[in-house]
Amino acid sequence: MEQKSVFSVISPIMVGPSSSHTAGAVRLGLMARNIYDKEFKKVKFVLYNSFATTGFGHGTDKGLLAGILGYAVDDAEIKNIFDIASGIEYSYEYRQDISRHPNSVDFIIDDKMTISGDSVGAGQIRINNINGFSANIDGSYDTLIISYKDKQGMISKVSNIIQKQNVNIASLHCDRDSKGGIATMYVALDIPVGSDVVEQIKEIKDVFYTANIRKLR
Amino acid sequence: MGIFSFTELASACREQNKHIYEIAQEEEARIAEVDTETIRLRTLENLTAMKDAIKNGLKSKEKSISNWCGDDCAKLQTQYKKHSAIFGKVFEKITEYALATAEENLRMGRIVACPTAGSCGIVPSVIVAVSEELKIPEKKQIDGLLTAGTIGLLISNKVQLAGAVAGCQAECGVASAMAAGALTEMLGGGVNKVIQASALALKNILGLTCDPVCGLVEVPCIKRNAFLAVHAVTASELARCGVESKIPLDEIVDTLKITGQLMSPMLKETSQGGLAKTKTAMELEKVIFRKKS
Repeated sequence: MEQKSVFSVISPIMVGPSSSHTAGAVRLGLMARNIYDKEFKKVKFVLYNSFATTGFGHGTDKGLLAGILGYAVDDAEIKNIFDIASGIEYSYEYRQDISRHPNSVDFIIDDKMTISGDSVGAGQIRINNINGFSANIDGSYDTLIISYKDKQGMISKVSNIIQKQNVNIASLHCDRDSKGGIATMYVALDIPVGSDVVEQIKEIKDVFYTANIRKLR
Repeated sequence: MGIFSFTELASACREQNKHIYEIAQEEEARIAEVDTETIRLRTLENLTAMKDAIKNGLKSKEKSISNWCGDDCAKLQTQYKKHSAIFGKVFEKITEYALATAEENLRMGRIVACPTAGSCGIVPSVIVAVSEELKIPEKKQIDGLLTAGTIGLLISNKVQLAGAVAGCQAECGVASAMAAGALTEMLGGGVNKVIQASALALKNILGLTCDPVCGLVEVPCIKRNAFLAVHAVTASELARCGVESKIPLDEIVDTLKITGQLMSPMLKETSQGGLAKTKTAMELEKVIFRKKS
């Protein structure tokens, strides 16, 4: 078990009214913004379970939108986000699904990327799926996401490049759609790496996609 | 070296002859790769934000979406100016500060989640009110807040501190246990009494559901902050007199988790049961959602 910080309990300094439903929503939005990492025109939020039933009263709808637009959890403007959000199209859908966490959301960005995450309490979050591949990102580490053809040696090629930068890997998570199919690797790093590392990984044969997801502040 | 239970925490304190906050700030410094002074400054930053939220809350009467809540703290301030509370000045300030913070939260004001936003008034009200009245210096307030954080952290290692996962026992209940520990530390209770105070507070609040009316962090959340802040003081008083919980804190935390699992989802922040389904709550829901559309 990894040791958590006292400041995961005392904190965040945030606008109310709910750490799971407001601050957690903002942080999920910020994380989705970091993962997509480019301009977008359209976002659909699918809220599940408690997010769907009590989200309105907790400002979850405002928090998700403010987060994906880059507002910090203690920004007083979150209250007025519907008045100030402009230039993007956004919509909400509400669902009940007991297979999902009580506080769960899907971000569908520009109809291209679906990012799923949970607000797991006290403002802490977890991204658990990106475009159908399982993930495990809590926003506390810079994380490389690599999509590639499933075959032996890929993990070692990637870790070699990282090791040459003298960067320690905090955790590693892999998933694949089938043997020899498409695989996805998440590499959480103790210190951030530069774009040169991303470029080197992109050059590995049979790597389809690489992105560097920044941690949350 | 990691510490994941209160038993481990107590032995570490005993072996190293240290307070809980000393162990905490050293561990935090080690994980974050900074010195302990940086950790104390971060703690102070949170303490200052808590005091700001109290100040803002004491000044405001702005009502909430439901138009039900937001002016209770003002009522206390008016009344206490005329007649003292029978429990005295510390009690007056604790209840005022707890409501001030919780009301600031419902206005989407800036607060510190401790451990959650719904329970944000409990730890600050106890630390700040007692410190003002008993002239406890800032250094000891930081010690108290670090102690509170450590208690919450060890509980959160076993159970997610969210009403949707384990009911209000995991939010206001845990906040009360944290506040009880902080107060006991600030008053010089020592490690065992700090843990006993937390155990007494948490044990007495097991089973508390999360049934917010209309899904708002208002009823019963706001007033519950005042109740559970006072509850923390009761636990600390008993513990400092030498009263001990027959069930150890680690086992109470396990019970908290299991009770949360046994609790119906209707009573876990879904507003599908409990107070949220009373006749009055349903009527209010119609008014609020009509206003929204």
